Parts: sequence; structure tokens; C-alpha cells
Amino acid sequence: MRDLARDIVLGKTRAIARGISLAENDSLGREELIDLLHPHTGKARILGITGPPGAGKSTLADLLIAGERRKGHKVAVVAVDPSSPFTGGALLGDRLRMQSHAEDEHVFIRSMASRGHLGGVSRATVDAIKVLDAAGFDTVIVETIGVGQTEVDIIELTDLVLLVLVPGMGDEIQAMKAGVMEIGDIFVINKSDKEGADKLRTEVEYVLGFKYAHEMEKMNPVCMVSAKMKQGLEALEEEAEEWFQHLSLSGLLEQKRKERIQKELKRIFSAKIHELLDKKMDFYNNVEEWAEMIYQKKVQPYRFINESLHDFLKKESE
Amino acid sequence: MKEKKLRILIAKPGLDGHDRGAKYVARALKDEGYEVIYTGIRQTAESIVKTAIQEDVDFVGLSLLSGAHNELFPKIVELLKENDAEDIVVFGGGVIPEEDIPFLREKGIQAVFTPGTPIKTIVDFIESQRND
Amino acid sequence: MEEFKKIKKAHDQWEETTVKKVTSRFPERKETFVTGSDIPVERAYYPASFDEEKWNEEIGFPGEYPFTRGVQPTMYRGRFWTMRQYAGFGTAEESNKRYKYLLEQGQTGLSVAFDLPTQIGYDSDDNMSIGEVGKVGVAIDTLKDMEILFDGIPLDKVSTSMTINAPASVLLAMYIAVGEKQGVSRDQLRGTIQNDILKEYIARGTYIFPPEPSMRLITDIFEFCSQEVPKWNTISISGYHIREAGSTAVQEVAFTIADGMEYVNAAVKAGLDVDQFADRLSFFFNAHNDLLEEVAKYRAARRIWAVIMKERFKARSSKSQMLRFHTQTGGSTLTAQQPDNNIVRVAIQTLAAVLGGTQSLHTNSKDEALALPTEDSVRIALRTQQIVAHESGVANTVDPLAGSYYVEELTNKIYHEAMAYIEKIQEMGGMVKAIEKGYVQKEIQDAAYRYQKDVEKGERIVVGVNKFAVKEEAPKDLLKMDPTLREIQIKKLAHIKQERDNEAVRRSLQNLEEAAKRSDVNLMPLIIEAVKGYASLGEICNVLRDVYGEYRESIVL
Repeated sequence: MRDLARDIVLGKTRAIARGISLAENDSLGREELIDLLHPHTGKARILGITGPPGAGKSTLADLLIAGERRKGHKVAVVAVDPSSPFTGGALLGDRLRMQSHAEDEHVFIRSMASRGHLGGVSRATVDAIKVLDAAGFDTVIVETIGVGQTEVDIIELTDLVLLVLVPGMGDEIQAMKAGVMEIGDIFVINKSDKEGADKLRTEVEYVLGFKYAHEMEKMNPVCMVSAKMKQGLEALEEEAEEWFQHLSLSGLLEQKRKERIQKELKRIFSAKIHELLDKKMDFYNNVEEWAEMIYQKKVQPYRFINESLHDFLKKESE
Repeated sequence: MKEKKLRILIAKPGLDGHDRGAKYVARALKDEGYEVIYTGIRQTAESIVKTAIQEDVDFVGLSLLSGAHNELFPKIVELLKENDAEDIVVFGGGVIPEEDIPFLREKGIQAVFTPGTPIKTIVDFIESQRND
Repeated sequence: MEEFKKIKKAHDQWEETTVKKVTSRFPERKETFVTGSDIPVERAYYPASFDEEKWNEEIGFPGEYPFTRGVQPTMYRGRFWTMRQYAGFGTAEESNKRYKYLLEQGQTGLSVAFDLPTQIGYDSDDNMSIGEVGKVGVAIDTLKDMEILFDGIPLDKVSTSMTINAPASVLLAMYIAVGEKQGVSRDQLRGTIQNDILKEYIARGTYIFPPEPSMRLITDIFEFCSQEVPKWNTISISGYHIREAGSTAVQEVAFTIADGMEYVNAAVKAGLDVDQFADRLSFFFNAHNDLLEEVAKYRAARRIWAVIMKERFKARSSKSQMLRFHTQTGGSTLTAQQPDNNIVRVAIQTLAAVLGGTQSLHTNSKDEALALPTEDSVRIALRTQQIVAHESGVANTVDPLAGSYYVEELTNKIYHEAMAYIEKIQEMGGMVKAIEKGYVQKEIQDAAYRYQKDVEKGERIVVGVNKFAVKEEAPKDLLKMDPTLREIQIKKLAHIKQERDNEAVRRSLQNLEEAAKRSDVNLMPLIIEAVKGYASLGEICNVLRDVYGEYRESIVL
């Protein structure tokens, strides 16, 4: 594992790819690897791109890669697509739109299937970002359709989120307004040449206006781009840079990253406790019997739970 | 322990634009429960190999109908080797004369599926190569 | 009307009594029957199921609007279709030999296949060309190769069809230049360039530039040819490859005609009068095994085009309303297993094309699922056409299947279903928009997937593949390509680049670049100038690549 970690830190492609698979398959050694890589993380800028299907996220990612490369940055992309709920298979095609960078050795693109995790972003994605961060990529772009209802929100694993919207999605935007508008740092209206783009911009600004009614200077930027015509990209890149500087100088970035760790801790602890519970109390095999006891009114539910936990903890400490 | 999810890259090297077969295989393998990565037509050998490595796939399936298979398929196997990735299994398909198959096998293409091959044959091959 | 009611009654009675008696004891092979494209098929058709009152409006007579029965009044009673075998491989020298052989064998027109680098605008020495030079067709780098390709073939005597799309202007320019060298003037040249970029985005994949500049190159050709090369078919709007990609017959008709409408729109927008160019538009369809469905398909396609040209584009000349088409038998229907069976498939498909009134025909060779065809197998394919022409008798009357209740019903069905697709595409804003959305590609892929699944499940039988298979030995005597071809071609190109006036080439390319940036200049004369100075195909296409950028595939599945 030390060799793998070393090779990842050295930026060896095969090792990076293997590391991500290790996380993805939850294989033995995953935790050790992440621990070994931990000292090397925290340098990359992590950018999220999210939005509804068909909004042009991959095409935008393709152009952002080009922009980063012009600045001499090394870029990695994690593109998450859904797995089929029926077969568990997945057809991962986001890469197709970024394939012009396939031969550039400073660009690393990885397609990930959601593997049953809601919204597609899972612990595997979090780990993949860590691997790429440790491998020395200056920018890591995470592309996902995860809008709302995700297991891990994109907002929790990135420094800055671009929310991509397109005109003509009608009611979807309406429905999204409630929760989704909270997600974006920068709002990108793609297909700005299409009818309704300006109207959408007004709508977005209107909603944002409510959010920041008293502190207009904090209002999130809204960028109009046309990924197809390659328009508005420089402005977007500038806004992203400025927003990042703002986060960084105001200490918000640090705060954000610490909050991220907090959330992660909470998530990992509860997952581990869950696992432990299942293993030690043989939860899934016993649960039917317990339910029966409660149903038959043989025990009081809370008393039963508290006593079981108590017994379990006592056994553990012995 | 649950079975490892196999990842398969379906790629079209060369200039041939006939992607009906490649797309069918990609979709059918997805329906069989595999994770399939598809990168579109006109891929160079270099980009296919880089993609295979970054995606850490277990298999690369190459499709070609233009007759350039004797040049392009072995080149991809060679490049994989150069990049320490010879453990990735390469198979091919398309309009490939029977008499070219021994040559391709010798060059490290583990299986060649000609038109009319049922998807089950490909699945059986994949499963026979599984090394969890 | 009374008459029809009587027939309907008799039919219902027949179903109730005669049919039931049999089916109760001997059920039919399947519960439902469908065509090759999944159109439901009835047990037996009868007059009441088609409207004879609409005969004149929908069917009529050959050579008259809406041309359902054919574009000429006498069809093959006047002259057989043009037998045109698509050929080309290796170097220009080898292909030239094959063309001369085919002309000696009684073929009446040439059809040039180019290799993939040529089709995508790369010279043989380009890195992208590795492995592909001379493989699926002849390699053309400069005018020199074209001169050799047509050496000893008088261009005023043959008509030549060229399967070339993205760089169609360049190859047409070379053809014009070869003609001039032979002393044949532009207005004597006859032939076709495929020049159909939309189906490349949809199905075939040999695009170079994005849609907008591609459409400009196409309309430049329309305009130039209408003035300078009047006998040239400036485009062959192709459903062939759409069908090969797995579409149904209905989709083949619908998407091809929707492509055609987009070209007409673009030309009209560029300021051309519809009757100035529409008579030079030609079409290209596939021929599959479902014989009667295919015949109905061609008939429906003619009617749709006539109606659209007349009603929508207000074409006045009847020539502008006529859908003239070339046919190729279906490559994807050929099997690598038991290749001799393909001879029979091709014969059925030949009948379909001829019964459907094609203007020219390519018949595939039995070994094409394995490799490029040998001379022997090409001869059988050509003989198949000659047998249908001279022995079968089907060419003795025009549209012999007209009035078949089944064929007329199918014709109507395809007409209406295709029209519905066409309307939908118009609502999306036309074909370019529909392609960008991935709508067309998705429809085709879904049909292809359904078909293949049916084959896998054994619900569709492919003889020799999923039924009646035998153990076979590997076929021998396949055509082999010389693996050193690329080297030969690279040497030739290097030699020419040394010999030519490089300063003149530089100037002509620069002129082309400047013109390409403007929208008010026709590029054809500039391209002709460049090819005459032996600028290579790759050099010319690279100039245009720099100005226009390249199209990239963006739709997955």
C-alpha cells in the first residue's frame, strides 16, 4: 500500500487509477491508502459542476479543462453517471465530450458509476477526489447530475460549485428553485443563444435577490455562456477565480473545508457504528424476532433498545 | 464477498465511422451489468490506451470495420505493455477475415468476435477472464 | 362504394368461417406478423382496405405527379437502370484496372470508393491515416492520383459517381481538372457526388467541419454546378447509411427526406431559386430483404418528395418534384457465415430495387461481410442485375406491383408514418437541430438495438447465423491489401510536393483561406485553382479546418 501511495503522490497515472478503483470497490487497504495520502491533500482546488441532464455539463467541463491547461494547471475530472437500478450496469459516456484531451498527460479523466448511491455522489467520489488531490492535480472538477436528494451533496465535497442551467427547462427550474438555488456559488446559464436565456437570468437573479436582500455585494455571480459557440467562458473563468479569491481571503474557504471534514467525520462515524451494530449484534438476522416481540407487546420498545445497547457496550468494553 | 464490478472500455480506433456494432455491444454489456465506457469514433491508439489506464478498466473491446485491424489492434496491445498495463484484456470485433485471427491472437488480442456473434459469447469470454 | 362494402362483408365472413376452421386446428406460425421494420402485416389484403377513389391523387401514372409509380413514363421499357458497382481500393493504378474490367463486363457507370483518409480530408502521410490508406477505397492525395484513376477512361463517355462528402468540393474540383486535361469541358461531365454531410453526422461518421460551414460548402457547389457543370448531380441524399446504422424503412425515408429539405432550405436561404438546383438533387436508398416493404418504401418516398417540393417549396418544374434515386443492396444484411447465401439475398434485394423503380443500382458481392470483394464475386453481383434485367421479365412493365392491395397499403402506411416523423423534425427546427439534440441518432439506435435483441432471442431468423448454422472452414481467396500501400502513397506525395510550384500552391491556399472567412464568395473556383497546382487534399482541408474548426461527436447513446 505504501508503494501505491508513493506512486500516487509521484503522479503516476496507473497508480492514481488503481487508487480510485480501490476506493470505488471498497477494497481492502482503502482506509490505509487514504490515511497515507492525507498529508498530501488540501492543495487542489475542487470545482463542482452540477445541473440537470442535458444542461451541457460535460461540454462545459471540456472547455474548463482547456482553460486550466492554458494556465499551465494540471486538471483531473471525475464524471459521475447513474448505474442502472435493474442490472447494476452503466454506460459512461461523459468522457466522449472531453476526449480531445485524452492524449494530454496533464489531464486525467475518470468516469464513475453511481452504483446505487442516490444522486451518484458517494464516499467513493470523496475518496477519488482525495487521491487526485494527493496526486498533485491543481484543479479537480467533479461533474454530477446530483441535484437535491443526494447521499453526499456536491456542496459538501467541493470548494466551489457551478450550477449549470439552460433555458427551456420550464417547470424543472421552478421546482429546483427551492433547494437547488442553495447549491451554486456561480450560476451558469448555458445555451445563452437560445430563446429564454435572458428570462432565465432574470429569474435566477430575482431568487438570488431574496437570498441576499440585505447584502447585495455577496450576491452570487450569474454567467451567461454558450458552450457550443465558446462564448462567455473567459468571463466565467474570471468570476470563478474572483469567487475563489474571495472565499480564500475571507477565510470562508478554510471554514468550508473544516465543515466538510466535520460532515465527513459524522458520516463515517455513523457508517462505522452501523457496520459494528450489524456485525456484533447480528442486527439483520435478529431484527425479525425483535419486531415480533415488540408486535406481541412482550417488551417495551425503548427499554428493549436501551438495554440491548447497554449489554452490547458492556460486552465490548470487557 | 461480492463480485468485483468489471469495467470495460469499448473503443473505435482508426477513421472508421461504423459504430452500430460498437454501440450495440456497449449497450448490451451495460444491460448485462457491466460498467461500460464509450468514447466515440476516430480514437488514436494513444488515446485509447490513456483512457483505458485512467479508467482502470479490466477489458478493452476494439471495433473496426475498415480493414485496418492488423495495424491498429496490435499497436494498442503494444502501447498497453509499454505502460505496464498488459493485464488489461484486449478483444476485438468487426469485419475481420478468419485468416487474420491467428495473427491477431498472436499479437495479444485475446478474442476476436466477428459479425453475428451473440452477446452471450462475449459475456462468457469476459467471465472466463475474470480474476477477482 | 357499394361494391367495397360487399367485399368487406365477404372478407369478414371468410375470417369467421374459412379461416377460423383452419386456425382452430392449425394455429399460424406466429401470433402476429410484421415486416422487416416492424409494421404489422394482415393475413390477406383486399380492396376495401385501400381507397381506390384516391387513385389519381396518390398513385396516378408513371412520369406524372406525385410520381408514386416512377419518374419516367416508360421506365425500363426505354432503358434499363444504370448498373453501377461501387469500387475502389489501394492505389489509383489498381482501381483504374478494376474500373476498366467492370466497363468491359458491361457495367454502364463508374462509382468511386475512396479510402477513409481521403473521405476525412487527411493525406496519406498524416498520422491519422495509419493503417487506413487504401483500405476501404482508393487513396487520393493530389490531382496526380485522380489523373491515374481515370487514365484511359473518357470522362465524356462515362458517368461517375463519387462517394465523397465532407471534402466533396475538392474531389469534384479534381474531376473537373482531369476532364480539362482530357479535353472534356465542364458542361459535358456527368455524374454524382454524394455531398450529403447531414447523414454523416447521423450515421456514417466521415464529417470534418461543423454543420454551418458544411452547409455553405454544399450550397457553393449547388450554385457553381448550376452554372458550370449543369449535368452533374450535386448531391446524393442518402438513406443508405441511415438504414445500415439500423433504422427502420420508415425512418430511412423520413430522415433522408428531412435531410433533403434542410439542403433545399439552405440553398433557398443562400439566394438560389428552387427550380434552379432542385432537378440536380438525387437520392440514395438501401435495399433490404423484405421485398414488398422495400418496394412500398421507394414508392412512398417518391410521393413524399413530390408533395413536399410542390406544396412546401413551391417548385414549379416537375423535374424538381421528381425523386430520382440510386440503390445499393443492404450491406448489413450480408452474413460472414455461409457467404454464398448472400448471392440469394442480393438477388431478392435487386428485385426490390427494380420493382421499386430505381435509376441505378449497386449490388453487393457475397464476400463483403469478410473483406473487399474479389473480381469474381463482383462479377456474380453484376450478373445478378443482368439476370433480373434480361431474364426475369419484371422490367417489361412499369411499376408492376401497383394495385397490389398489400403493396398499396404498405406504401400508404410508410407515407404517413414518415410524414409524421418529418413534421416532428420540422417542429424541432429542422434536421440540423434534430441532430444536435441527438433525436435522430437515438431513434435509429433504439431501432437497431430492438432488431439485434430480436435476433439474439431468435424472434428474427438470419439464415446461417441464428438458425441453420453449420461448421464452416474459413473462406479463402479474399482480397488482400498490400500493407506497404501507405509507404508507396507517401513517396508519391513527397515527390509531387518537390516537383510542383510551391509558391503558387502557397498563394492559392492563402486565397482560399481568405475567401473561406468571407461568406459572399463561392469557394469552388478557388479550390479548382488549388488542385490544379497540385495542392493536396489534406492541405486544402487543413486550410478549411483552421477557418471553420472541426465537428466533434457529442451524443452517446
